[in-house]
Amino acid sequence: MSLNIPQKLESEIEELITHYPEKRSASMMLLHALQEHFGYVSKESIEWIAKKLELKPINVHELVTFYPMFRQEPAGKYVVKVCRTLSCALGGSGKLHKHVCSKLGLDAENHGLQTSEDGKFSVEFVECLASCGTAPVIMCNNEFHEGVSQEKADTIINQCP
Amino acid sequence: MANETTKAEIKPVETVTVKVDGSRVEVPKTTPDWQGNPIPTTILQACKMVGKEIPHYCYHPKLPVAGNCRMCLVEVGMPAMGRDRKPILNQDGTPKIQKGVLPYDPSLPRGAIACATPVAPNMEIHTDSDNTKMMREGILESLLINHPLDCTICDQAGECKLQEYSMEHGQAKSQFVETKVSKPKQVDLGPRIMLDDERCVLCTRCIRFTRDVAHDDALGIVNRGSYNTIAAYPGSKFDNNYTLNTVDLCPVGALTSKDFRFQMRVWFMKETESICTSCSTGCNIKVGSRENKVYRYEPRDNDAVNASWMCDEGRLNYKWVHREDRLKECLIRNHNSESRSVEWVTIIQELSERLSKCEKGSVAILASARASNEELYLIKLLADHFEAITDCVPRKGEGDDFLVQSDKNPNSNGARAIGIAFSEMGIQIPEIDEGISEGRIKTLLSFGENITRVGMNDELLAKLDLLVVSDILGSHAADKADFLLPGCAHLEKRGSFVNEKGRVQKFMKAVEAPGKARPDWEWLRELVVHVTNEKPADTLPGLFNEMSANNAAFGGIQWKDLGSLGTDIKI
Repeated sequence: MSLNIPQKLESEIEELITHYPEKRSASMMLLHALQEHFGYVSKESIEWIAKKLELKPINVHELVTFYPMFRQEPAGKYVVKVCRTLSCALGGSGKLHKHVCSKLGLDAENHGLQTSEDGKFSVEFVECLASCGTAPVIMCNNEFHEGVSQEKADTIINQCP
Repeated sequence: MANETTKAEIKPVETVTVKVDGSRVEVPKTTPDWQGNPIPTTILQACKMVGKEIPHYCYHPKLPVAGNCRMCLVEVGMPAMGRDRKPILNQDGTPKIQKGVLPYDPSLPRGAIACATPVAPNMEIHTDSDNTKMMREGILESLLINHPLDCTICDQAGECKLQEYSMEHGQAKSQFVETKVSKPKQVDLGPRIMLDDERCVLCTRCIRFTRDVAHDDALGIVNRGSYNTIAAYPGSKFDNNYTLNTVDLCPVGALTSKDFRFQMRVWFMKETESICTSCSTGCNIKVGSRENKVYRYEPRDNDAVNASWMCDEGRLNYKWVHREDRLKECLIRNHNSESRSVEWVTIIQELSERLSKCEKGSVAILASARASNEELYLIKLLADHFEAITDCVPRKGEGDDFLVQSDKNPNSNGARAIGIAFSEMGIQIPEIDEGISEGRIKTLLSFGENITRVGMNDELLAKLDLLVVSDILGSHAADKADFLLPGCAHLEKRGSFVNEKGRVQKFMKAVEAPGKARPDWEWLRELVVHVTNEKPADTLPGLFNEMSANNAAFGGIQWKDLGSLGTDIKI
C-alpha cells in the first residue's frame, strides 16, 4: 500500500521540519500530523517519516510504541477520551468510563483504545486532559466537555452524526 | 638530533590526584574515549587504572557511554567549597570532603555513575564502601525483578555478568512477590541471532554497536516501561555482517548466536589465541574448543587490528576444519594411478629421492598465501635450490570499509616478503602453465592450493613428470598427485602471518590434526634437509627467527617479539 499524502500536507510538513535544528527533532510533530490525517500511524507512515527525516524506520517505530497516543490501527469515527487522572477519578470518571463503554457495547476492563462494533466510536481511558477544576472531563474528537455526568455523556454520544 | 626531537615531543602528562578507597592515586587528566579521542578521565577509567574493577553492564570501552544501567554507581565525596569558592579545610589542613547525599533524605547516599562522571581533584571514590554496596544491591535487585531465574538452562551461564554480579553483590532470596512481566522469547532477530527479551537488561550495547560501530542503525527499544524490549523494525532482519559482535557484547543471555547456542558449556572449552584466516585483515581471535572439536571463534582485543570486533563471515568460517573430506593419509601413486598409503618417513624419503633427480629450472612451485611465514620460508629454500619459478594463488572477494579486505588470503604480504609471490599475486601462473605445456617445467609442487581451480587442467598436468600436492581438503589435483601430503589447518599448528597492513601476528595450536595430517612446517623442513644442504632450525620459533634474520623485510624481529598482539614491519 502506498501512502497518498496531499501536496498541501507535505508542504506543511516540510515547513514543520524547518522549525528544528535537527530533522530528527520533528519526529513527534510528523507523527501527529500523519495520525491526524489518516486517523492512525500505519507502517507506511512510519517509513515515510523515517525517509523524510533521514532516519531508520526503527527510530520512528520506537516513538510510536512508546507513546500511547499514537495508534497503529484505525480508530472509530469518534474517539471518546475519558480522563482517569486524580481529580476526574475523584469526580467519578471510573463510573463514567464504565457507563460509556456499556452504552457502546464495550468491556471497560479492556486495556487501551477499543472500538465499537459498528466502527463509529472508540473509547480510551486516558491520563490528564488538563481541566482538573471541572472534573470529570471527556473529549470527543477535538471537542472538550467539562463536568460530564452520565446523562451528559449520553447526550454527547447521541448527538454525534 | 633524532633524540632531541623525541624529547621535545614528550609532554608531561597532566594528572589529577584522587583518593580511591582511602589511598591517594594520580591519574591522567584525560583518557581516550571509545573512538580514541581524549576526554576527561572518568571514575570508572581511573579505578581501572589503579586495579579496581567497578561492576557495569552498559559501559563498554569501545562504545559511546550510555549510562543507563546504573550498575557502576559508587559513593563519591568532593572537597567542600566555601562561599569564597575556595576549599574548606579541616583543622589539619586537608580539604573537607562532602559526600553526595539525596537532597530529600540526607541520610541516604547519592551515588555517581562511574562510567560518565569525570574525576576531579581531591575527589574521594569509594568502590567498596557500605553505601556503594547498598546501591549495587538495589540496582541488581531491580534488574532481576523480571529476569527469569533459570541460569541452569541459559546458554550464557558461565559468562554472564548478571550471574557474576549476583554472586558478588546480589541477595540469595528475591523479595519480589508480584507476577513477572513476560516478554517475547526466542525472537528471531536475524539469520544468526536469537533474542530472549526476558533476559535482556536493556543496556543498549547492541543498539549502540550496530548504530555507531557497524553503521547499520537496525535495532531499537520498543514499548514502554516494564514492557521495554529490544527489537528490529517489524519485517526487517538484523543481518549485517557484524551482528555476532552483539552476542559478545550482550552482558546477559539475551542475544545468543544461533550457531553456538546450546552446543557447548563455556566452562568446558579451552581458549586458544589465534588469527582469523578469512581475509588479509587478520582479526585476532580466541578459538573455543573441546576435545579436538572447534565450537566457536570470538574476537580478541587488538586495537592495532580489529579493536574488539570481527565479521560474521570470518567468525563462522571454521567448520571446514572438521570436514569429512580432510586429507588424512600420505599417498604415493604409481604410473597406473594405483596409490598406496605410507608413513611420513617413507613418503619424505621417496619424494626426496625423486626431487634430487630434478634438474635446476625444471621445477615450478605454486604455494598458498594461506600458508604461514615459516612454511613459506621453507618453500623458498626449496625454490632457491631448484631455481624454481614460484607464485601463490590470488583470492579476491568483496571488502568493506570496516574490517573485511578484498584480499581473502591471510598471508599475502608474508608470501610477498619472503619472495614466493610478487606485487601482483598470480602473475607467474600463466608462465608456469606455458612452461609445463612447452615441457620446460617437468615437476610441479603445489602447496595448499587446488591447482585445477587456476586453470591447470588434466591435459596440462599429464605433461608433468612429477606432481606433488599437499593440501588440507581433497581436490581433483590431490587425486592426480604422484605424492600427496596431508597438511594442517591453522588451528592445528603454530605459525605467523603478515596482514594487509604489515602486522606480523602469530597463531597457536587449538586442536590436533586428524589422521596422519601433520603441521606443514615439520615435513617441509625434513624435505629441505633431505633435498638441499640447508639445515633450517627445528623448532617453530627457531624457524621464525631464522626467516626473520635472512629476510630484510622482517628486520630481524624475533618470535618472542610478536607477543599476543603482533608487531608491525615495513612492507
